[in-house]
Amino acid sequence: MSKFLQSRLGTWSGFAAAALVLFGLAPLVLSGFRLGLFAQFICYAIVAVGIGLAWGRGGMLTLGQGVFFGMGAYLMAMHLKMADAEFRGGPGSVPDFMELAGIRELPAYWAPFASPVFTVAAILILPTAVAVLLGLAVFKRRVKGAYFAILSQALAGAFAILLIGQQSLGGFNGLSYFRYFFGFTINDPVNQRMLYFITAAALLGVVAVALQLRRSRYGELLVAVRDAEERVRFLGYDAANVKVVAYAVAALFASIAGALFVPVVGIISPASVGIVPSIMFILGVAIGGRATLVGPVVGALAVAWAQTALSEQFPSAWTYAQGLLFVLVIALLPGGIASIPALAKRLKKTRTASTPAEATA
Amino acid sequence: MDVIVGPLFTGLSTGSILLLAALGLSLTFGQMGVINMAHGEFIMAGTYTAYLTQQLVGDAGVSLLIALPFGFAVGGAMGLILEALLIRHLYHRPLDTLLATFGVGLILQQVARDIFGAPAVNVTVPEALRGGVDILGTTVPKTRLFIMALAVVAVVAVTLVLRFTPAGRRIRAVVGNRDLAETAGISSRRVDAGTFFIGSGLAGVAGVALTLIGSTSPTTGQSYLVDAFLVVVAGGLGRIKGAVVAAVALGALQAVFETYSTASLAKVGVFVVIVVFLQLRPQGLFTLRTRSLA
Amino acid sequence: MNDIALTCTDVQVAFDGFKAVDGVDLTLRRGEVHFLIGPNGAGKTTLVDAVTGLTPYTGSVVKDGTELRGKKVHHIARAGVGRTFQTAAVFDNLTVAQNLDIAAGAARGPWTLLRRRKHLPESVVDTMKRIGLAEHADRAAGTLAHGQKQWLEIGMLLVGDADVLLLDEPIAGMGHEERETTGALLRDIAGERAVAVVEHDMDFMRANASRVTVLHAGSVLAAGGVDEVSADPRVQEVYLGAERGKETADAAAA
Repeated sequence: MSKFLQSRLGTWSGFAAAALVLFGLAPLVLSGFRLGLFAQFICYAIVAVGIGLAWGRGGMLTLGQGVFFGMGAYLMAMHLKMADAEFRGGPGSVPDFMELAGIRELPAYWAPFASPVFTVAAILILPTAVAVLLGLAVFKRRVKGAYFAILSQALAGAFAILLIGQQSLGGFNGLSYFRYFFGFTINDPVNQRMLYFITAAALLGVVAVALQLRRSRYGELLVAVRDAEERVRFLGYDAANVKVVAYAVAALFASIAGALFVPVVGIISPASVGIVPSIMFILGVAIGGRATLVGPVVGALAVAWAQTALSEQFPSAWTYAQGLLFVLVIALLPGGIASIPALAKRLKKTRTASTPAEATA
Repeated sequence: MDVIVGPLFTGLSTGSILLLAALGLSLTFGQMGVINMAHGEFIMAGTYTAYLTQQLVGDAGVSLLIALPFGFAVGGAMGLILEALLIRHLYHRPLDTLLATFGVGLILQQVARDIFGAPAVNVTVPEALRGGVDILGTTVPKTRLFIMALAVVAVVAVTLVLRFTPAGRRIRAVVGNRDLAETAGISSRRVDAGTFFIGSGLAGVAGVALTLIGSTSPTTGQSYLVDAFLVVVAGGLGRIKGAVVAAVALGALQAVFETYSTASLAKVGVFVVIVVFLQLRPQGLFTLRTRSLA
Repeated sequence: MNDIALTCTDVQVAFDGFKAVDGVDLTLRRGEVHFLIGPNGAGKTTLVDAVTGLTPYTGSVVKDGTELRGKKVHHIARAGVGRTFQTAAVFDNLTVAQNLDIAAGAARGPWTLLRRRKHLPESVVDTMKRIGLAEHADRAAGTLAHGQKQWLEIGMLLVGDADVLLLDEPIAGMGHEERETTGALLRDIAGERAVAVVEHDMDFMRANASRVTVLHAGSVLAAGGVDEVSADPRVQEVYLGAERGKETADAAAA
């Protein structure tokens, strides 16, 4: 079975099955509202694929993915706000929330986001560049493990506080009420469905990239760095560069997810990018299986679904469940759900191995 | 005069709050390498201990004096339980400890929410600590002076315990060389539990003190936690001295940034300074035993 | 032919004022298996740490005309100086072939790295045969026996084209047969390379050393051929203890 999955044919059939579910089955059985929710979950899953790469394969526990998610989201939201303002009042108009806040002049850093090309480029380049710079600063000095985790968490905290302080980015309330997405009315059900398709395609895209990275020589090298970073250095590699690549790719994925999240959900605020949401991204990855390719996707979708289904009806119980899941999965099942078949196999093996021994005894 | 004394004092004051929150961490994280994300919730438990004591005792001054040792006991007991049930089994997996204890923190927050409600409750400040004192032309709130004094007392007490008591010597022996200490007949398991008790107890004390300057809510502890971790990271491992210097320095830095920009930019500024600082002095942050290259 | 591969001149390493290595001169030649011996704390591993860029030092280490002091660990490795560790450091979760493929590829460009490995490089296949692990190519390195891990580690230096090999106690914990195989392997690979071995085992040293340097308290106590060094009374005194030294001297004389 696993041999088949690793073969070229297995890969193609895996992608074909996923595409069938995402593009055929889901739009068929889900109502417009639920399809929108599913698109939102897929955004989380895209972040999870990146975390699986950086944490599961690279050993870097990034507790600050909310920063890159937030960057992508805010960059996209700024463009949508600019587009709205232009539709309402012509070029150079100030977005509605600024008028309410008493800001008459468009801040200079907003102006370029009138251009869709600039916006898309910024979404792809800016978070990646920040991750590269930060990664170089941290990994070159061999700050790693827990220190890296704490630093990335502090970054998420600082980022959220920074956003809250910026009135020209909506402050505490963030940015919301988007009407147009690259010229299309967001409220139109047909366009909503199109948004879902774009998001689903993005998921398949990032999974394909992650798969290629895992199977390449780089993927083997990344695991080597995770398990014995110093040894890799003594073989002549700059281990920091190996880590920076995985960290930057994870940041790029998170940014793409954030950029899609904004038109899908219709709001981005500091509450979705700070310390707690950042660490919550980890939960799904841990449950699904941090070192696997599909595990983080499945885990993230499941956690997001459970959150939506339970948190409104039983807010207290859901928080307990989240806490318990963290404790139980991390402590007892560090390989996540994906490791259960292997564990069961081993259990079976020891049982069959011990039976003849008992018989002879 | 105000221009210098004001920020300087704010820095010292912010620093001493950071230090109180971080002192326990510098034991559990700094000495044992355990990243306990529930440390913030132990602080929160301290704040509710102060709140409950005041409900029972009534007089704010007396209840504060009772709550301080009581907060230590509550925090310490929670630490002992957590160490025995969870952390002990994860000693070789520091990152997993971080995530698992985050889950514990979530649960503790929800427990507090279910018992006390989500809105913040207030603890009355004792009469004797209300108002301010004039120091060099700046009015300094007495509560902040009290917290500074408490931070000093706590640092001195921890230093004395580590240096002069048999238990402290055992802790230092285990930190220095676990295997060697074991062969010398020291039960590292009991030492770990003891270290965790003291470290978590200090979180409880910090919580009690924090009720003097802030509100008490289920997420009180969380808001201090990341800054407290940064103090330990910047201060270097296993050094109480490092935590003291880093706490005061970060507090002062925050105060200076705030005078020249906004509070939110100050946070980012402090973060950048820490990353730059780590460029210059990462030495305290990694150890490498070449013989085994573990 | 210039057979000198690596020259250490007046290498000093200090930890908090304590001189762990105190002015060591050492020359490693291609074609030789050079043993570094000495009692615990003599500074053998610290010297290897210094040469490979892990520990700062004063003095000079030159390989084929290039000064290595001040270079980063991975640059020194790329310059052809490879090392192993007392506890074998292989990548447990990767297969033998993957371990060797990584070791062979420090010079690969990003384009090669980002693609899948189509087939194993010839050097990897040859080396697997040479270190006796050809039939274990697809086994996870973590499941190998202790001795096999040490061989794999040596193999990783070979495919990485290291021509100065610094081996830290390569036969620690090995059985008799494994030692013999390792000794033969060392003499074999020393043909075109300089091999330095940090070791405690005297019999192993006698059987395989072309040259010996004895370190004591951070300094070179004696250097030369096996017989020459074994006969040195100072060596017997510090390294073997006076009494045991006498026995060994007798045995050597016999």
